[in-house]
Amino acid sequence: MPYISNTDEERATMLAELGLNSIEELFKDIPSELMSYSFNLPTGKSELEVRHFVKGLASKNVTDLICFLGGGFYDHFVPAAVGAITSRSEFYTAYTPYQAEVSQGILQSIYEYQSAISLLTEMDITNASLYDGGTAICEAVMMAVRITRRKKIIIDEAVSPIYRKILHSYAANLDFESIDVPVGKDGRADRKIIESELDNNAACLVLQNPNFFGCIDDLTDLADLAHKSGSLVILSTYPISLGVLKSPGEMNVDIATGEGQSLGLGLCFGGPYLGLMTTRSKYVRQMPGRIVGETVDKNGSRGFVLTLQTREQHIRREKATSNICSNEALCALAALVYLTLVGKHGLRELAELCSAKASYARERLLKIPVIKQKFESPIFNEFVLELPIDAEDVVSKLMNKKIMAGLPLGHYYKNMKNCMLVALSEKRTKKEIDFFVESLGEIL
Amino acid sequence: MKLVFEKSISGKRGVRFPECDVPCAGNIPDKLKRKNYAELPEVSELDTMRHFTRLSLHNMGVDTNFYPLGSCTMKYNPKICEEAVLYKGLGDLHPLIPQLPDGNKFTQGALQVLYETSQFLSEITGMAEFTMQPLAGAHGELTGTMMIAAYHASRGQKRKKIIIPDSAHGTNPASAAIAGYEVVSVPSNADGVMDIDEFEKILDKETAAVMLTCPNTLGLFNPQIKKIADKTHEAGSLMYYDGANLNAILGKLKPGDVGFDIVHVNLHKTFGTPHGGGGPGSGPVGVKKNLVDFLPISRVVKKSDKTYALKYNYPSSIGYIAPFYGNFGVILKAYVYILLVGKEGLARIAENSVLNANYIMKKLKSYYHLPYAHTCMHEFVISAVKQKKNGVRAIDIAKRLLDFGFHAPTIYFPLIVDEAIMIEPTETESKQTLDKFIDIMIKIAKEVDENQEIIKTAPHNLGISRLDEVKAAREPKLRWAK
Ligand SMILES: Cc1ncc(COP(=O)(O)O)c(C=O)c1O
Repeated sequence: MPYISNTDEERATMLAELGLNSIEELFKDIPSELMSYSFNLPTGKSELEVRHFVKGLASKNVTDLICFLGGGFYDHFVPAAVGAITSRSEFYTAYTPYQAEVSQGILQSIYEYQSAISLLTEMDITNASLYDGGTAICEAVMMAVRITRRKKIIIDEAVSPIYRKILHSYAANLDFESIDVPVGKDGRADRKIIESELDNNAACLVLQNPNFFGCIDDLTDLADLAHKSGSLVILSTYPISLGVLKSPGEMNVDIATGEGQSLGLGLCFGGPYLGLMTTRSKYVRQMPGRIVGETVDKNGSRGFVLTLQTREQHIRREKATSNICSNEALCALAALVYLTLVGKHGLRELAELCSAKASYARERLLKIPVIKQKFESPIFNEFVLELPIDAEDVVSKLMNKKIMAGLPLGHYYKNMKNCMLVALSEKRTKKEIDFFVESLGEIL
Repeated sequence: MKLVFEKSISGKRGVRFPECDVPCAGNIPDKLKRKNYAELPEVSELDTMRHFTRLSLHNMGVDTNFYPLGSCTMKYNPKICEEAVLYKGLGDLHPLIPQLPDGNKFTQGALQVLYETSQFLSEITGMAEFTMQPLAGAHGELTGTMMIAAYHASRGQKRKKIIIPDSAHGTNPASAAIAGYEVVSVPSNADGVMDIDEFEKILDKETAAVMLTCPNTLGLFNPQIKKIADKTHEAGSLMYYDGANLNAILGKLKPGDVGFDIVHVNLHKTFGTPHGGGGPGSGPVGVKKNLVDFLPISRVVKKSDKTYALKYNYPSSIGYIAPFYGNFGVILKAYVYILLVGKEGLARIAENSVLNANYIMKKLKSYYHLPYAHTCMHEFVISAVKQKKNGVRAIDIAKRLLDFGFHAPTIYFPLIVDEAIMIEPTETESKQTLDKFIDIMIKIAKEVDENQEIIKTAPHNLGISRLDEVKAAREPKLRWAK
């Protein structure tokens, strides 16, 4: 069998060293009645056969649609250098950097990642990654509950419904009271309702910017309100938008989270992705996950180590700030390489490019007389159209033209059956947008 | 090495975007824009490549060095698994496509990967059904404990505690706590396995589950395991299997046959997917028939016409625990791995991993204290107590190993062994590598008597000497700032 390098002779020599005649003797502690001898599985295949088979499976998935589908997961361009770095096996075949002196590559890269995300969000301290943008919100909420010792969670309904569902599962056994606040008519968080819910039981207010409908806002006033009642503000962000949008730090939030997929990771049918989490210095000891810190070696040279580990499960066990152990380190490396390549000015340019394409697409689509704009708030790269018919029909028909028009919202919001969420990235060309507009005009 | 931020020079660019081809500029109001640019590095593509390539040269991986990190199963990762994720139609597939009308039709290949991997895992572990969603081992544990709560709730019970042996991995108690449980720890006996008398004293009608790994973190198979399972079931409680150590019993024993009701598997250990320097992982969870209703949604099903679909309508489900279908890229690699090794390969994996571990243990036992001198499974734990008396600790031995081009074993875990050194060679390593490692371990044991200083000041030839972890924690410096 491949991937086992010892020969039969070598195995025999080793067994002889152990004074044994057969490998079975090594399994003598397992009561024989518990052993299994038959497994209903395929027999092993050669690499050549497996490659052929898996390529066949890949070809059963669609590959050639023009993508206007977003919903928090975007079709961005990934520079070739990102994969060139993350496919170096010194990085990807390593474990968590427990032995710092032979893991400086990973450790320094995580430190740089922590720095890059802190700069991007204008927050103080970032951890080494969580699983994804959704579980990051759950971790942030649990962190807020620990800090405030309160159990009421207020969530804007324009926070991704995909994430809210995860939060509800997490909260089910923890006696949290969670209040979902309907979004205002203009697509922004409803100040009035939120203000009335923000009392001295409220642990945190969970918001998202741009929100699930693509609307953007300045949430500073809500952060101020929440702080007045002693609650924390958690803001879920879309990192590419931070090239141009007001940062979580500027809005004075306490914990910013986000999905890092847009930072150089493929869509890959839902993962692996990257959970961002960044907070204020004063909360760092309540933060979940790994954190890398700078230190010196015996000779005074700079080096990096995992630090503040007394927060973590391997030391604190049931009293740890989180159960997380393996995280998404390689994805964090990809995000760092991506942010390095794109750079300070490139990120602004990229964000403006996405925003320009979205403005153009929205303007043209809204010229089709039967289409209405659902929300009047300004947008970043995504927006909701209100169609005269069921959005599912529209999406279906456009699939035939090789256009993935957007996400029908009826699945998530009962009263939005005719609404469709459309996303743009720098990858969409004017020609593709024009084709989309014409095709949609034809079917309506 | 300089930080990438310290290499930044104003005006340099690493990537160029296409010219804007649409007439509009974006119309974001000024008051919604950030005041200052994010201070990201400004470097060229070549600068970027040099920086990160050099960083990679300061890192050990399985491809470069022997990595006997106990509990982590650092086996070789076949390259075809890495290749598969790059195929068009897999790595670039949008996760929301199945939610579009008729969406399943456009993702049949990907759904087949998820479905068949879950079927393979069910067969390997003796479970009825798997969810592929949990994003790592600990996430699987949390999913499992949430299902335990849902199971008891469905029977009108709210049991309060979960029993976990003192040798367990830290994620076990931490996961139980996040699912709202109180953790009760059971001591290990003189043989290194859970003390069954103590266990029976603790087990009661408040016990929701017993959470175990088997073989345990000492690499020992508990011969009483079936009895523990029977007692647990008699008390109306459930058996949870932490699959981190599944490599030892692959193709030999199905945890389901022992009486485990819930199993999580670490694909990034047992099924050959690389660990990425700390992740991504994948921690699918399997359950017996009586727990299937509680599995997370969505679920992948195979229909009578042999097509695959996602289903959502399971009213007893614990709900969503991840945004989509799990870490698909990792699952795909494990799928490819299972296709390659096949059913006959599974038992070979277990046999060779157990043989390799016993071989090293035998060769080292006259040099290091072996607290549980018993045939081990895929890993074993020695202790540096003898060396400690002479002033050398497990951490010193670990650091000295680095000088000889070996990654260190896991140290100070499990917590029940003083100065623990936990060694897991895995099946993919050759006798030649094991012999070299053994020689060096013996050499270090001799150095304790002959030249202690060299151990206590190790490592010596890595370009960096031992790092000050205390300073890092006392004076946290956690980011670069301008
Ligand atoms: C025994 C054991 N259980 C659970 C885990 C947790 O797995 P993960 O790191 O994938 O969350 C580990 C990983 O180190 C382990 O060794």
